[in-house]
Amino acid sequence: MNDENMVNDKNTMNDHGTQPAKAQASQSVEELPGHHGRGDIEQSRGRLPERFANPGLPPHVHRLADFDEKAASRAERQVATLFSISMLATLAFLVAYFAIDQETYAFVPGIGQANLSNLVLGLTLGLSLLCIGLGAVHWAKTLMPDIEVAEDRHPQRSSDEARGRAVETVMAGGDASQLARRPLIKYTLGGALGLFALPLVVQVAGGLGPMPKADLSTTFWRKGMRLMRDSSVPTPIKASDVTIGSVFHVMPEGIEKSEHLLEEKGKAAVVLMRLEPNLIKVAKEREWGHEGIVAYSKICTHVGCPVGLYEQQTHHLLCPCHQSTFDVTQDCEVIFGPAKRALPQLKITIDSEGYLVADSPFREAVGPSFWERG
Amino acid sequence: MKALASHRRHPAAIVVLLLLGLMATGGLYSLLAPKPARAAAAVADVTGEGKKLFQANCANCHGLTGLGGVAGPNLGGVGAASVDFQVGTGRMPPAGIGVQAEPRDKLQFTQEQIAAMAAYVATLAPGPAIPGARFTKGDGNIANGNELFKVNCAMCHNFVGSGGALTRGKYAPNLRDVSGKYIYEAMTTGPQSMPVFNDANLTPQEKNDIISYMQEINKDENPGGLSLGNLGPVSEGLFVWIFGLGLMIAAAVWLGAKAA
Repeated sequence: MNDENMVNDKNTMNDHGTQPAKAQASQSVEELPGHHGRGDIEQSRGRLPERFANPGLPPHVHRLADFDEKAASRAERQVATLFSISMLATLAFLVAYFAIDQETYAFVPGIGQANLSNLVLGLTLGLSLLCIGLGAVHWAKTLMPDIEVAEDRHPQRSSDEARGRAVETVMAGGDASQLARRPLIKYTLGGALGLFALPLVVQVAGGLGPMPKADLSTTFWRKGMRLMRDSSVPTPIKASDVTIGSVFHVMPEGIEKSEHLLEEKGKAAVVLMRLEPNLIKVAKEREWGHEGIVAYSKICTHVGCPVGLYEQQTHHLLCPCHQSTFDVTQDCEVIFGPAKRALPQLKITIDSEGYLVADSPFREAVGPSFWERG
Repeated sequence: MKALASHRRHPAAIVVLLLLGLMATGGLYSLLAPKPARAAAAVADVTGEGKKLFQANCANCHGLTGLGGVAGPNLGGVGAASVDFQVGTGRMPPAGIGVQAEPRDKLQFTQEQIAAMAAYVATLAPGPAIPGARFTKGDGNIANGNELFKVNCAMCHNFVGSGGALTRGKYAPNLRDVSGKYIYEAMTTGPQSMPVFNDANLTPQEKNDIISYMQEINKDENPGGLSLGNLGPVSEGLFVWIFGLGLMIAAAVWLGAKAA
């Protein structure tokens, strides 16, 4: 019975496998106790065998250039041609660099009008580098040796003798320097080296800049500051200028004279809109505005992008970075997106000349959350 | 006379007679017909024409008087500029119900008809007029226009006017190759989702600066050729993913393949 199974196994192996694989397989099959019966059942049901034989490496096939001298010299010529093309392309690059005017545009199919100098320089430089690479790879693939080499690992641990000698050397050096005998030198050296790390630490920590103090919580806005159009020629805004459906991008009066202009602008930007007063659903929003004119911080409470996309029909303010959407009729509550807090409102009123002014600074920190904000 | 009479049975006589009769009638009509009244009467006529067109084509949504209906907003105070923009760019009448009216190249009305409807809607309530060529030519300060565009327009329309997405399927349209007049009208009237930029916000000269900047961008040549829509990392990233990675995969396959 067993013998018959063995024969069956060998037959199937002969159908599929090569000589060495068959020898290995029958060996491993014999080592497994009680294997024959089950293996036979599984095979008869068309299932996978419990263990596959190691097929080993496929026989090495020589390349054409390994035995055919003609093919080898053809490969040599191909590699040399690629390197020559690279040389020509480099020369073309040098010529084009000086010959082509930088303002010349030319029509290129599929690309359209393009700067000729950019295009030719890019193409020649790319071709030159590409041909060096192609040549090198082609050389390696056709002419350099391609036989498989096995390199066995060896233990990394040194011999006990070598380790002993190393310890002896270190100990002898320690004794010779008298470090153990003279502790004063040992401790002062340790102190000097340890302390030397401090200048590095201090410079890195100091390089992080001054502490932000209250900078993150306050903006340039103060009570009585006029709302100015965000422009190179800032002009104040009259309440009557802000018609229904309008949006004004606003900066505080005098911000152009501030010491840190960009930091201040990045916090103080405000967007001013006018709605029909009866559309405003929150009493606080109506009180902090002026006849339906409301001013909100333009800095998104998510990560601080400018929330500038105002839809005058839906009264939604949309942040272009992550699509946080704020509803201006509901005190700029977040109605969509990753922002967590409503946009802070700037309380506004009008001065004696009818211009819009801030009635108070922002009552809360503008922009994204930070550690101390709570 | 005898010679003429002798020809009266000639086959061509009837044609000649007909031509003479037609010429006489036409000539007499042009002499005697009442001249179209000039000035005030002419305006009333255009407005009347506009009213007819309006009632035939727009009243379904905007109401018979134009003061708002079932589906369309009140047009009192939107001004002639709004009509010129909405109908002139093919947004109105809309092709179908959608989140926002789409511009079309094929207009349903001639420029005269649009002007007539604009004149009619302007009579409903005072509103912004169609701008003259003075501030829509694009001969303004390009640098100033660039700055104003980036503060007031770029967040929706992209920094070179390629347009962009808004909420719930609405979008800010591409501004490339839009005429200065329509850009001006859009700023003064605030069509669809766009807010209004009145003359106190952006003066006519500043609007002209913005138009100048847009026209300068339109003729700006792209040093790299293909602009991929100037849409930023989305289209450029996709290009690199497909072509850059494709090339690298092809190179890897070639490197791994055995030589013949």
